[in-house]
This record gives sequence, structure tokens and C-alpha cells, in this order.
Amino acid sequence: MDETAIYVYGIARDVPAEAVAGVRGVAGAPVATLDAEGLTAVVSRVSLAEFGEDALRRNLEHLDWLEATARAHHAVVDAVAEHGVIVPLGLATVYRNEDRARGALRERHDEFTRALGRITGRTEWGVKMYADLAEAASREAAPAPADARPGTAYLRRRSAQRHDEEETRREILTLAGHVDDELCAIAATRRLHRPQDPQLSGERGWMILNAAYLVDDERAEDFRTAVARLAGTRPELRLQLTGPWAPYSFAAEEEAWTEY
Amino acid sequence: MDRVLSDLPDTRTPVPARGRRIALVDLLDRLLAGGVVITGDVTISIADVDLVRVSLRAIIASIRPEMERVVAAERSDEPIEGVVTWEDPPP
Repeated sequence: MDETAIYVYGIARDVPAEAVAGVRGVAGAPVATLDAEGLTAVVSRVSLAEFGEDALRRNLEHLDWLEATARAHHAVVDAVAEHGVIVPLGLATVYRNEDRARGALRERHDEFTRALGRITGRTEWGVKMYADLAEAASREAAPAPADARPGTAYLRRRSAQRHDEEETRREILTLAGHVDDELCAIAATRRLHRPQDPQLSGERGWMILNAAYLVDDERAEDFRTAVARLAGTRPELRLQLTGPWAPYSFAAEEEAWTEY
Repeated sequence: MDRVLSDLPDTRTPVPARGRRIALVDLLDRLLAGGVVITGDVTISIADVDLVRVSLRAIIASIRPEMERVVAAERSDEPIEGVVTWEDPPP
């Protein structure tokens, strides 16, 4: 193999050896662990020809490569999360060698320890909320009075339509706020992602909320039940629940999070 | 229209199996905007990668706010500064 480096997936605690036994990481490499200061880095060896500075720049331009790498990264994080607690790192964090990766554990020991404390016994759940505005507005559109002249009727209709759309939008936002409030009451904390690009999600509705909730494991069932209940009682909203996720959205410190 | 609950796990199973096929867009939300971002020896700030594919650029811009700067700079032909950090000299 040509020149290699160490790819770090995440920082974990109390990871039994079998958690990574047989697990393959990015580029199919076997996954290993590195310990320092009571923390464990979950790592694999990568080729600098693929993960070096120039290669990364090149490779990240390719959606196929990005997808394969993202899925491999996620599979490793998920495998470890099944056995223990892991603070996931962002995609493509690469150190030149084991010592440098161990050095990062020592340097950022306090930050990682805080993050591990934040996520232990908790799981991330994603909730996406959509509304189909046009449909909602057309349901509510009032018929024009029969005696009006055609032009007046048209303008009145248009104005009513616009009014209805704005009104509908406001009502839906209020509803969405209530849903979020109810979920926040169950969750330990919540962070917001940006609404997704319809090109990538393939979703044509209006994405109102793209949220991640960190939920105590003993409340997970309550949370899922609440999502199902809220989805059933709010016909204007479509809810999608994703998860359980390793706590990607809660790995960084609060102030490092860009709230949408 | 029916309400869509495509991703809602079956409530009869307390915890859905991990490793299900998940949407790339949901994964990228988390892997590009989430996770601890630490400066490794060869960490490229993904926001500053000179992405050739406009579509991918737009996708990442929709996830990483700072990427908007890159897209905006490209539109105005300004140079884009990279944030590739080597903590000590490359080998």
C-alpha cells in the first residue's frame, strides 16, 4: 500500500473489542481503536492517494465518492453506537499517524468528555415536517359571488387566493410550532438543520422543519408515539421520523452549532 | 391526499434495526453539518472544496451555511481561499 494516514470516525468510551471486530470502514479498510486518556478513537487506515489533501479535494467533487464515504463513515459510527457511546466526527478527519490521532484525544480531552456526557443514554431522532401549500389553500378557497363582473370577480378571487395562501402559511407555521413544542417537551434538547434542497430530497412539499431531537433512551417510545399521534391529528402537516441516529447533531458544543 | 409517514418506524418494534438504508440527504445533513469538526492533519473544510459539480455545490450550500460564501464568490469570480490546514510541515 502506498503512503497511509489515519481516518478518525469518532471518539468513544467503553468500547468492547467486538464492537469493531469485522467492521469495515471507508475504502473497505478494517476498523480499529486507539486509546489515550480513557478515550477511544475509532479509526481505520486510509491511503493518502485517496484521502490526502489534493485527493480529498478531487474526490469530494464526486457525488458517488461522497455517498460511498458518507455511508461507510455512518456504518462504522452506527456499529460502535450499538455497543457503546460515540461522539461522531465530521466527514474526512484524517491524521498522519496513530500518534497524531492519540494527540488529538489528549488535546481535546475535556471537549470530548463533555460531549460524551451530553449524549450518554440518549439517542438522536430526526423529524422532518412538510406541508403542501397549494393543496391546503385550494381546499380553503371561497367561491366568488355570482353577481360580480368578470374582471372584478377575477381580481377578488386572486386577492382572496393570496390572502388564503398567506393565512394558510401562518396557520401551518403555528401548527408546526405546537408540534415542535410538544416534541421539545419530551426531548432533552433540540437542534435545527436547514431545510433540505428539494433536488436532493426529491420532496416537492414545503419543508417547514428539519429538526434533530436528543431524547433520553427511556423516553424514546414516548417520543415516537408522540410523533405518530401528532402526525395523525394534524392533517395539514406531513411528518417524517428518522432514526435512531448516533448523536451527530449534538456532538459539537452548542456555540459551535450554526442554528438555521 | 394521504398523509405520508414513510419513515415512521413500526411502533410494534421498540427500536428499529440499525443499518437500514437511509436517505443520503439526511445523512449529509448530519455528516457535513454535524459531528465534531476538528482539524486533523489533512482536514479539508468541506465548505472550501472547489467543487466542480454545480449540483453538488448547491446541495452542500443548502446544508452548510458557509458554503453560500463559496458559491457567491464563484458567481462574482472572486478567488476562493482554501482552509486546508497542516498543523506541522507535511512529510
